[in-house]
Amino acid sequence: MSEGVGVDLENVWIRFGDFVAVREANVQINGGEFFSFLGPSGCGKTTILRAVSGFLEPSDGNVLIGGNNMAGFGPNERPTALIFQNLALFPLMKVWENIAFSMEVRGASAGERRKRADELLDMIALSGQGDKLPSELSGGQKQRVAIARALCAEPDVLLLDEPLSALDLKLRQHMRSELREIQKRVGITFIYITHDQGEALTMSDSVAVMKAGIIDQIADGKSIYDDPATAFVASFVGENNVFRGKVKSVSKDSAIIETNRTGNLRARISSDNQGKLKVGDDAMMFIRPEALDISTNDTSSDTRIKARVTHSEFEGQSYHVFLEGTEGKEMKMSLINRGEDRMYERGKELYLDFDANQAVALPAGELASE
Amino acid sequence: MDAGFIKEFFKRNGVGMGWFLIIAVGFWVVVLIILPQISMFDFSFRNDLPPPEIGGPKDVYTLKNYQYLIFGADGNPDGYNKTDLAVFGKTLLAAAFVTILDLVLCYPIAYYLGQSTGGGMARLFVLLLIIPYWINEILRAFAFRIIFGDSGVINEMLMVIGIIDNPIDFVRENIALYAGLGYAYILLMIFPMYNVIESLDRNQIEAARDMGASWIKIHRRIVIPYAKPGISSGCTMVFMLSAGALAAPQILGGPSSLWFTQIIYQWFNQSVNWPQGSAFAAVLLVTCIIIVLGVMRLFNVNMGDIGK
Repeated sequence: MSEGVGVDLENVWIRFGDFVAVREANVQINGGEFFSFLGPSGCGKTTILRAVSGFLEPSDGNVLIGGNNMAGFGPNERPTALIFQNLALFPLMKVWENIAFSMEVRGASAGERRKRADELLDMIALSGQGDKLPSELSGGQKQRVAIARALCAEPDVLLLDEPLSALDLKLRQHMRSELREIQKRVGITFIYITHDQGEALTMSDSVAVMKAGIIDQIADGKSIYDDPATAFVASFVGENNVFRGKVKSVSKDSAIIETNRTGNLRARISSDNQGKLKVGDDAMMFIRPEALDISTNDTSSDTRIKARVTHSEFEGQSYHVFLEGTEGKEMKMSLINRGEDRMYERGKELYLDFDANQAVALPAGELASE
Repeated sequence: MDAGFIKEFFKRNGVGMGWFLIIAVGFWVVVLIILPQISMFDFSFRNDLPPPEIGGPKDVYTLKNYQYLIFGADGNPDGYNKTDLAVFGKTLLAAAFVTILDLVLCYPIAYYLGQSTGGGMARLFVLLLIIPYWINEILRAFAFRIIFGDSGVINEMLMVIGIIDNPIDFVRENIALYAGLGYAYILLMIFPMYNVIESLDRNQIEAARDMGASWIKIHRRIVIPYAKPGISSGCTMVFMLSAGALAAPQILGGPSSLWFTQIIYQWFNQSVNWPQGSAFAAVLLVTCIIIVLGVMRLFNVNMGDIGK
C-alpha cells in the first residue's frame, strides 16, 4: 500500500458575503490518516469539507491535495469522493448501479461495472444484494452502500459528512468500528465531519475541534480530551465541571486558581497555554466528572472541594452524583459502580478529591453551550 | 369499502366536511363527467331524427355515424372518408408535436425552478409565468394573430434586421397555431414537472457531479427518471388539451388547416347533427386515451405516478 495522499489547508478563509464561515484554517492531514473535524452545528466544518471536495472555492488561501493546489478544479476533477449526510443514494437505480455509477460515468461496460460492484458488495458484507433498490435496504446497509459507491471511484481521499447521524445509537456505534476497519483496509485518507465527540474520539487519528469558523485545537483524541487548548474544547468534548476564577499563583506547568465559589484549587496548565497564564488573569479550571472522587479526609486542601449533594443517579456502570458548588451549574461526579451504594441523599456534605494533573487550568473563554 | 373505513373517514374529516366531500366529489364524477359522457356515447349510436320522431319506430341504434367517419357518405367513390380521417390524423400529430415542443421548452424551466433555492428570482419567474394567464384565452389567441401577422412585430423585426425581404405568412404555415397552442399549455407542462423536481434531493446531483458525471448524464440518469411522473402527467394534459383545443385552431389556424375539433363543432352547431358529432367526439376521446395509455406503457409509467 502506498503512503496515501495528504490534504493541506493553507490559511483558508471562506466568506459568504459578510459572514465568515471559516477563519484562517491551517490544517495538515497526513496521507492515510483518519482525520475528523468536530464541532457544533454551524461551526463551519461542512464548509471546510465542501472546500476540500471542490463544491466551493475558498475566499482566501489554498487547498492542497497530495501537494497539488486544487484551485480551479471542480469536484469531479479532484481525487476525492464525498459521502453525504443523507447518503444521497440514487433511489431509482439498483444497488449495484449505484455503487458502480462512477464507472458508468467513465464509460465502463456493464459487465465490468457489475463485477466491480460485486467485489465491493463482498467487501461491505452485502453479497448478493446488488439487485435490490436502495429503499429495500436497512439504514446500516444503505450506509455501507454509500461507502462502497464512494470507494468505487478509487479516491485518494474519502470525505464523510456526518454519515452516521441518521442511524440509531446501537448501529452508529457498530458503524464506527466498521468505518475504522474499512479505512485501515483501503488505506486512504478519511476526512470525517461530525458533531458527535464519541465518533471523533473513537475513530480518528487526529481531531480538529472547531467553533464558529475557528479551529481551536488539532490533536489526537486523547490530547483533545485530557489536554484541551481552550475553554471551548474543554467544555465541548466530553463532560466537564467548570470553575471560574483568577490566577493566584503560577508555575511553568501548574497554577493555583482562586475560584469564585470553591476556594483555591490547583490545576495543571494545558500544554498549549504554558507561559500564557499570568497572576491575576481571568481563568477557568476544568475537572472531569470521572476525575473526582470521594475523600476520606476533611481538611481543606487545594485539591479538595467541599460540596453539598443535590441528587444522585444510577446509570448501571456508574453512579452520577450532582453537587452544588460551581456557579450556575451543578457539579457532576461520576463514580464507577464497584458494588457499593453511592446514592447520596440530597443535602449530604461531601469532600471531593481530585488529582491536580487531571484538572486543567485555561485562560477564561467562551464555553460550548449545552 | 367496509363500515370501518366509512366511520374512519367521517371521524377524520368531521360529519359536515365528510358529507361535503362525498356529495361534491360524487356530483363532480357522476353528474359532470360520467352522465354527459354516457349520453354522448348513446347519442353517437343513434340516427339524426327530427324531434317528433325521437322515441318512434325509426329511433334505433346504428353504427352509421362511425361508418361515416371511416368510409364517408354512402356511394363515396374514394372508399374511405379521406378528408375527415386526414384531419383526424393531422390533429393527433399536431397535438403530439405541441406536446413535445412544450416538453422541450418547459423541462429546463421546471428544472431551474425546482432546484433553485426558492429565492426571489424563482418567485418572480413563477409570477411572470402566471400573470399572462389573467388574459382570457381568446384574447391571447387574437394577440398572437396580430404578433404573427404580415405587419406584426415579428415580421417587422425580421425585415428591419434584413433576414427576410417579404413578410412570412406565419398563419398559413401554422406556425402561429403551434406557437399559440404551445404557449397556452406551458403552465400545465411546467408545474407537474416542477412539483416533482422540487422534491429531488440536491445532494444526489452533487453526488453525481462528485463522481464525474456530465450534466447530460446527470439529467439522463438522475433527474429525468425521477421527474418521469411529472413529465408524463404534464405531457398527458398538454396532449389531451391540444387535441381537444377549439379556440386556438379557430383563430390561429391557417385557411387550409382544419382541426378535428372544428369538424366536431360543425356537426353540432352548423349541421345540427348531434349523433354524428358525438361519434366523432367519442372517437377522438377514445383514441387519445389509447395513445396516452400506450405511451405510458412504453415509458413504464404507472397511473398512480401521474397523481404524484
